[in-house]
Amino acid sequence: MTVDEIKALLIAKVGEGVVIAEETPGLQSVLTIQPDKIVDVMRELRDNPLTYFDFLACLSGIDHGPEIGKFSVVYNLTSIPYQTQLTLKVMKDHTDRSFENLPVFLSVNEVYRTADWHEREAYDLVGIYFEGHPDLRRILLPDDWEGFPLRKDYKNAEYYKGIKID
Amino acid sequence: MVLNMGPQHPSTHGVLRLELITDGEIVKEAIPHMGYLHRCFEKHAESLTYQQTIPFTDRMDYLASMNNSHAWVMGVERMLGIDNDIPKRVEYIRVLVCELNRISSHLIALGTYGIDIGAFTPFLWCFRDREHITSMLEWASGSRLLYNYIWIGGLFYDLPVGFEERCLEFVTYFKPKLKELNQLLTDNQIFISRTANVGVLPIDVAINYGCSGPVLRGSGVKWDLRRIDNYSAYPELEFDIPVGKGEMGSVGDCWDRYKVRVDEITESLKMIEQCSNRLLTDLKRTPDFDPRAKLPRKIIPKAQEYYMRAESPRGELGFYFVADGKTEIPQRVKSRGPSFNNLSVISELSKGVMIADLIAILGSIDIVLGEVDR
Repeated sequence: MTVDEIKALLIAKVGEGVVIAEETPGLQSVLTIQPDKIVDVMRELRDNPLTYFDFLACLSGIDHGPEIGKFSVVYNLTSIPYQTQLTLKVMKDHTDRSFENLPVFLSVNEVYRTADWHEREAYDLVGIYFEGHPDLRRILLPDDWEGFPLRKDYKNAEYYKGIKID
Repeated sequence: MVLNMGPQHPSTHGVLRLELITDGEIVKEAIPHMGYLHRCFEKHAESLTYQQTIPFTDRMDYLASMNNSHAWVMGVERMLGIDNDIPKRVEYIRVLVCELNRISSHLIALGTYGIDIGAFTPFLWCFRDREHITSMLEWASGSRLLYNYIWIGGLFYDLPVGFEERCLEFVTYFKPKLKELNQLLTDNQIFISRTANVGVLPIDVAINYGCSGPVLRGSGVKWDLRRIDNYSAYPELEFDIPVGKGEMGSVGDCWDRYKVRVDEITESLKMIEQCSNRLLTDLKRTPDFDPRAKLPRKIIPKAQEYYMRAESPRGELGFYFVADGKTEIPQRVKSRGPSFNNLSVISELSKGVMIADLIAILGSIDIVLGEVDR
């Protein structure tokens, strides 16, 4: 299926306004999805016999920096029977950089189990909260680590538990 | 009882801690804890140029550095739009060294898997044969484990004189050794009893957990990115994709995953033979051949996002690039290590198994912790 067909399918199945934007001039086509609809979209793409995107290859959390004030999550889907690839993206405005108020996205853990660890990683390093994740805690860093290292305004910690970090 | 396995258990090939909730000898639940090795690859990549990051990709999966840098380099080349200008000789050399590296990586996997099960000799034999590959790659790149040999737009250096002939010699030397190894380990009744019907991974679970490489193929899915994406010189080579058939038990058990690796070594040997022969005949070394001729002066891809995937020995290795089009430094790089996803299935596989079987299951997944933590 081409990207236009997938787009039409999603609008027919999930509802009008589900695809916000489309990037096709690059090497891979990207569909930007309305953030509240991402779980429905993924379930549709996984179960529909026309698309059958059964393999979530990669999930990346992206911080666009304090000037732009946006966070996004990118999903790279693969269909093993059809040998096709599709990139989905959700984006939210979020200017608050504090730890108390994290950007919130929906968890796709119930659609693809592999999202479990990837979402924990995005939470750990970029500081994105995934609503509906069963076990959202840090995965690579210690539980008491302060800050999210892959944020653009992250200042390297000097001390960890009184130990100087070089 | 709660048991801690690791962080320094020999079967974890690095530092991984498994928290086991046990009832007698039965594992009720296994919870992996990682992050002991986290060396911030993605953070480093945000402050270094595309070219400077290649050594860091080598350190991710340190047993298959060539495959890692190959994936990274191909992604950058495709973003720059120069992937079709790479000389054929360079592509063939890349595939040659990548397949050599794949064999050496699989030899470690098989040898240490023998140790996990309790067989010591296969480990020594595998390391003896791997030594030939390591010294050959050292001859080509100057380093034994972290090569930094494949560069954007070319190679660090042309192959040393006589390398292709030595590759062919290695293939003739290694084929009977592989037969011996099969007699010693693959067809060994003790080994089969320990691995067959243990840790059976059904296809749907494997796909749902994002498993790839020999773990996915062991479950019977014919999915190899070298054939699916047809990158580099792979479309011109002849090779098969081995899948698990359940010869010794059910499809997708530990023995199947092990056997897929053994069969992949045979396929890689075929590829090395074909590459060396072509490099010796119609892609001969010429005095004016410069492997760095296509090296771009400034590596500034236009503003775009691109997901590059390639088949490393452990499965689908992916890099998600976000380029802003202004600098030589990527704005964001996310790397998808195959071991990361393959390891996540361990809690599913280890429900209700014996502790000793858990070692067999963990070893059959063949993780490299440098790639899990990155």
